[in-house]
Amino acid sequence: MSKLIYLVPLFPLLGFLINGLGRKYLSKSLVSIIGSGTILASFIVSLMIFFEVKAPGFAPQVVTLFDFIDVAKLKISFAFQVDQLSALFLLIITGVGFLIHLYSSAYMHEETPPHFARYFAYLNLFVFSMLLLVLGANFVIMFMGWEGVGLCSYLLIGYWFKNDDYNKAAKKAFVMNRIGDLGFLLGIFWMISQFGSTDFSVVFAGADGTPVKILTGITLLLFVGAMGKSAQIPLYTWLPDAMAGPTPVSALIHAATMVTAGIYMIARSNIMYTLSPVTQAVVAITGLATALFAASIALKQNDIKKVLAYSTVSQLGYMFLGLGVGAYTGAVFHVMTHAFFKALLFLGAGSVIHAMHHEQDIRNMGGLKKHLPITHITFLLGCLAIAGIPPLSGFFSKDEILTAAFLKSPVFWVLGVLGALMTAFYMFRLYAMTFLGKFRGTHDQEHHLHESPAAMTIPLVVLALLSVFGGFIGVPEVLMKNGHQLENYLAPVFAQSTAKMHEEHHLSHVMEYMMMFGVAAIILVIIIIAWNKFSRYQKTTAEATGLGRVLENKWYVDEIYDTVISRPLLGFSSFLSKFDKIFIDGIVNGVGRLVQYSSRQLRWIQSGQVGSYILIMVTATILLFIIQFFWKS
Amino acid sequence: MIAAFDNFPALLLWLPLIGGILCFFIKNERNVKTWSLFSSIITLALVAVSLTYTDQKHYMLNEVKYFWLTDIGASFGFVLDGISRTLVLLNAIAFPLIFAATWNTKYSNSNSFHGLMLLAQCGMMGVFMATDAMAFYFFWELALIPTYFLASQWGGERRIQAAFKFFIYTFAGSLLLLIGILYVYLKTPDQSFAMLSFYKVKLSGDEQNWLFWLFFIAFAIKMPIFPFHTWQPDVYEQSPPAVTMVLSAVMVKMGVFAVIRWLLPVFPSAVKHFDSIVIGLSVTGIIYASCVAIVQDDIKRLIAWSSIAHIGLMCAALFTLNHAAVSGVIIQMFNHGVNILGLWIVAGLLEQQLGIRKISQLGGIAQKAPVLTILLVIVALANIALPLTNAFVGEFLMFNGLFGYSKYVAAFAGLSIILAAIYTLNMIKNVFYGSMNPISERVQEITLNQRLVLAVIVVLIFIVGVYPAPMFDLIRSSTDTLLSRIAAK
Repeated sequence: MSKLIYLVPLFPLLGFLINGLGRKYLSKSLVSIIGSGTILASFIVSLMIFFEVKAPGFAPQVVTLFDFIDVAKLKISFAFQVDQLSALFLLIITGVGFLIHLYSSAYMHEETPPHFARYFAYLNLFVFSMLLLVLGANFVIMFMGWEGVGLCSYLLIGYWFKNDDYNKAAKKAFVMNRIGDLGFLLGIFWMISQFGSTDFSVVFAGADGTPVKILTGITLLLFVGAMGKSAQIPLYTWLPDAMAGPTPVSALIHAATMVTAGIYMIARSNIMYTLSPVTQAVVAITGLATALFAASIALKQNDIKKVLAYSTVSQLGYMFLGLGVGAYTGAVFHVMTHAFFKALLFLGAGSVIHAMHHEQDIRNMGGLKKHLPITHITFLLGCLAIAGIPPLSGFFSKDEILTAAFLKSPVFWVLGVLGALMTAFYMFRLYAMTFLGKFRGTHDQEHHLHESPAAMTIPLVVLALLSVFGGFIGVPEVLMKNGHQLENYLAPVFAQSTAKMHEEHHLSHVMEYMMMFGVAAIILVIIIIAWNKFSRYQKTTAEATGLGRVLENKWYVDEIYDTVISRPLLGFSSFLSKFDKIFIDGIVNGVGRLVQYSSRQLRWIQSGQVGSYILIMVTATILLFIIQFFWKS
Repeated sequence: MIAAFDNFPALLLWLPLIGGILCFFIKNERNVKTWSLFSSIITLALVAVSLTYTDQKHYMLNEVKYFWLTDIGASFGFVLDGISRTLVLLNAIAFPLIFAATWNTKYSNSNSFHGLMLLAQCGMMGVFMATDAMAFYFFWELALIPTYFLASQWGGERRIQAAFKFFIYTFAGSLLLLIGILYVYLKTPDQSFAMLSFYKVKLSGDEQNWLFWLFFIAFAIKMPIFPFHTWQPDVYEQSPPAVTMVLSAVMVKMGVFAVIRWLLPVFPSAVKHFDSIVIGLSVTGIIYASCVAIVQDDIKRLIAWSSIAHIGLMCAALFTLNHAAVSGVIIQMFNHGVNILGLWIVAGLLEQQLGIRKISQLGGIAQKAPVLTILLVIVALANIALPLTNAFVGEFLMFNGLFGYSKYVAAFAGLSIILAAIYTLNMIKNVFYGSMNPISERVQEITLNQRLVLAVIVVLIFIVGVYPAPMFDLIRSSTDTLLSRIAAK
């Protein structure tokens, strides 16, 4: 079966080509069948591969298609890695991806056929790139997918290309990603100079025994790439702006593809990170800082998608915290559960926006509970899951990361819990302002409120079920013997790292219970507070002051970047442009003029007047005599 | 002189030469265009055939030497090896594409225009294949002269100035080159201009050091390398589109190619001595040009600056003498030529239809010309080396080589991939996306011939980008020989 691995990315690629080339000729229903069908086909193949990989006695395989670069001593193959980690990601990407495609077919119904086809073509290309990213058996193929998802996010964020703000957001996403990509690329080059290869098998086998300094350099550079792709401080500002794209695209970017790339990359190269403690500390601290920072911004946002976007940034921070403290399984686990509930929340938000006729400001919503029953229930479940209420999926994955953080340092844990509390607060602020209380929109909007069609609600229900029950594959040891199936499943991938980590992994059971349920209890209190406060929300005209204002303006980070980076760069470039015209070209022209000038001066020597010739001759002769005379004496 | 037709190099010179001369005698504009397109396609077909005879046992077909100035040891010697094949292929592909893309452009004196174009092609063929320094110099000038006439007779308002500067500048470089060639010739053991004699010449360290600069400056002007680049934006802006295409797609590669063929192997110790200066200049140029490109408001100037940045990377990578990087440069020369052709086609088309090139005055073109936009976006993304497009292969290897030379230099040069994204996406955003204005509303979807040309370019972009192995196979043995020669000396 793993020989057929190439089918998994091939189907979306074909979907992209068919929908892209046939966009003028295909009907909308055909387009959505092709678009969603190809992802479904990939999902089915992925499922078969998953079962093969899951079976005992499976050894990781590399399926080589052809040589990509073969020059001098450098050989890079177009090869796919089939193992536990990639198989799991395949399932998340194609599974959640399929639901988002299905949802899109209804959500995008207003588009004209060619644009509808263009949308699905981009969507398929996105999934293709992400599949390439997780399937690559070396860092170069991974990088292809890595830049590919950057490109697709650019195309999809700027999908409505008539709007200049959207185009700016798209460009910002691409450029920020490219900053990260440069880091990633330099990491690859260092890897090549150290190991002579970018193949996982060679690099990971050689990592142990490589000087820590070099490993630290490589891992830090790769992490710069992850910062860009997975929206961590300081490269996170593109992600909240990325909601300019159609809502299902946000779901795709935030849940199934793109932002999880950084987590995948580090989980994949776990041994290198385990061996470089400095990088691990950087990863953990960056993750934690991002988790708190983004959560604080989310507290004061009023755009339904923006709240969710900052929540993604914050949740990704948790995943990096997990990676940084060596909880690789926990991070991957959180990727998975997050994919479920974040896709659910974004699609739910899409359903709300759809019902509200493109209204995204939660201050103008309220009371949608009775109009959108399915959206409401599923959204509530998503909120509970992300807040970490047991036994929903988010509880287990977040708990695992926090426990691992505690073992590293209690400070990490305290701050992590603080972030979790903020998460609960802003999610239920969002929930309450959207679904509870009185409707605050226009009459016209209220009149048109309706539940979304089945193609949109079915994905919501499926994702809600996954969000509720998805956590049970990772029940901690303390609650159930052998409950953590995911850990057992992923164990071979992290085996090298596990062998290197010497620390004792034990907390007393009482302690673990306390942490687990104590936190859950506080979260519950926070939820009740937010629920009470915001279900009674009234529109006010009063402007926020102090910290609230700073948070509303996202700590002014965009403005700071603009003043510190964008403007100086433009200024410097304009200066260079002038410098080139005046100075460098000036020298060139100056030399030219000098030559012209001197030739003009020389010209009168040959004026054709016999008198001047004689004058010159006489002068020259006299000069010669004088020279001769002084030479001798 | 060249009398026989039993080998590829001779045929590849004769075809464009005869084709070009015949052009002057054709009166009707349509016939001239048909003839020149036909003639360039025949050349391309011949190159395609020659690619099936790359085996060493066919060396008789690929390597020739004709008597020329026997008394002084100069001859017309030509070879098709891996490196020259890549560029000959580029030269052969570029011309039919250029002729087809500019099919609807009207020229006064169409016959001389096309005749000169084909003569330029002939000149470049000679440069790429020459195995004799005198023949190389001869064709180097032969390529320059028609280009000068083309740029100064047909073009924008300031064409005379721009072309004159270009001519004087490159001609000054050529003179330095000629002096250098003569000096090396006098030092050759067998008093010969042959490439192999040049490779065997024994020069003291000091001699190498000053000869190096004579050669390098000539080539640096041609490429061009910072700070010898100022002729380029003006010429690219002022020349007619077809000439700009020839210049940027093929002719600037003469400079890079000449470094590979006539500089690195002839003065290896000077190369190792001055590598940091050249790499420093080139890398400065990369960032410098990328920054300047960001603030350009003229599409043509933007492309010109982007090209200066790309060429700078090639030059820097060459001087690392890293095997993979040099291979990357050779492949990138081909790919850059293909990509920039696509960019010029679109820029020329907009200028022709709308009469302006100012980025700030355009906008929303995607709404009226979606096919044009899609093709342009693909070419532009290839130009900034997105993976799975052709330029990624070369840039990856070049940056990798630079990283082996110095991590910090590579990181600094690497900033250009960010800057390139900025200026490219800015251009796409401001020209193609956004809302339309009265000027851009007049745009029309591309015509069939331009669509075909761009489609060919896009296909090439993906073929080489996904499966570059055949190109590596093509250049492998000659790159090996070259680098081992440098290492041995």
